[in-house]
Amino acid sequence: MTPALGKDLIGLEHLTRAQITAILDTAEPFKEVSERPIKKVPALRGKTIVNLFFEASTRTRISFEFAEKRLSADTVNVAASGSSVSKGETLVDTARNLEAMRIDMVVIRHQSSGAAKFLADRIRSNVVNAGDGKHEHPTQGLLDLLTLRDRFGRIEGLKVAICGDVLHSRVARSNIWGLLHLGAEVGVCGPPSLLPRNIAELGVTVLPRIEDAIQWADALNVLRLQLERMEAGFIPSLREYNRVFGVTSDRLARAPRDLVVLHPGPMNRGVEIDSDVADGPYSVILPQVTNGVAVRMAVLYLLAGGSPDWTAPAPGNEDR
Amino acid sequence: MAGEIVDLAGGDGDLLLVGIQRRGVELAERLAALIESRTGRPVRRGKLDITLYRDDLQAIGPRPVVGETVLPPTLDGRTIVIVDDVLYTGRTIRAALDEFADFGRPRRILLAVLVDRGGRELPIQADVTGLRAAVAPGDRVDVSVVELDGRDGVEVSAGGAEP
Repeated sequence: MTPALGKDLIGLEHLTRAQITAILDTAEPFKEVSERPIKKVPALRGKTIVNLFFEASTRTRISFEFAEKRLSADTVNVAASGSSVSKGETLVDTARNLEAMRIDMVVIRHQSSGAAKFLADRIRSNVVNAGDGKHEHPTQGLLDLLTLRDRFGRIEGLKVAICGDVLHSRVARSNIWGLLHLGAEVGVCGPPSLLPRNIAELGVTVLPRIEDAIQWADALNVLRLQLERMEAGFIPSLREYNRVFGVTSDRLARAPRDLVVLHPGPMNRGVEIDSDVADGPYSVILPQVTNGVAVRMAVLYLLAGGSPDWTAPAPGNEDR
Repeated sequence: MAGEIVDLAGGDGDLLLVGIQRRGVELAERLAALIESRTGRPVRRGKLDITLYRDDLQAIGPRPVVGETVLPPTLDGRTIVIVDDVLYTGRTIRAALDEFADFGRPRRILLAVLVDRGGRELPIQADVTGLRAAVAPGDRVDVSVVELDGRDGVEVSAGGAEP
């Protein structure tokens, strides 16, 4: 038996090393399912999963949808635009109405940090966080861990530098927690305006220049620079950012060892990462996407044990 | 057992021995080696984990560990011998048959088990059986193999959880 994950997956911060390892180990056999002639197993037959996306997403939503379909679950996609959300319905009301139609799981992407936990505390269905504000994006963190483990055979002792807009990044947070739980050394690299204050208190090494990160690390996880950061004055210009912090093949050529470069996508080619790096031999960006489906299958499989108890009172009714 | 498999299916080309995770995998490897030494022809091996095809998966949690599945790209036209350690209710074999159907259309599927302990809940019987034993429903039958357990053996113990 694998260590239980509980009802929900909200983030990696409060998971144990054993739980994270169980998810990664469970993802291994699911990789093979996607290579079968019929890419489908009946593990979640009869389960109904709602993908509740309040924020734009292509990769994550499609990856979850493939994971759900390859486990034979029935899925419904709800986007915020064009649904009753745009009429002002609250998150909990939306979810409770969906639950009244007897669903089993909710995958939620929301612009507010804490939205997934808020929902999980108030409904009976399993909740999987597909990204909440600046808080966490646990399945992205897990697929990054799986990709690193594939490449290096281990996570323990690995030096991973997370580069770019760490301040606003839920991907960075999930990576930091996951890597620290599994015994990796974590570095962060970016302009001081985009690094959280006191981040060193987490036990993370601050690398002021991208050249420092390249010297120090075994792997770089290059974050997407959101273009609105420039408008908000966090960086002077995209060109300036690329000149100082861009991951370029010239800079990688000076690395003391062969680096592995990850990127959660979508990429801004020529800003945080150059095209010849993204498409080059160091890049594991497409294996990350492939692993994303396997990791999400593992999470859904591990959470879906048993059925919600419809006779029990709904949690969190008192504050309605 | 290897001799019986050769008698039943030795004439078929493309013989594939598929061990059910976990002890079945080791038994399939040994049978395949014996069949190769008798017939002089190579025998393909496969592994199958049927966890995701279990008929009680909706009800159980925490989740069982899923093992590795390794099969050739297509099963069309092949003769498959399923190898497992213990045949009991037949539900594992039902799951394996369903899983094979998602990989193609084998020409023929046979079943070889080391121990048939009775107690079937489905109309499934083995073609090749190493040992037959009438074991009470509450008792356990455990097969040990050197590769995983350090020794070979079959043990019947009273009570405990069902396998």
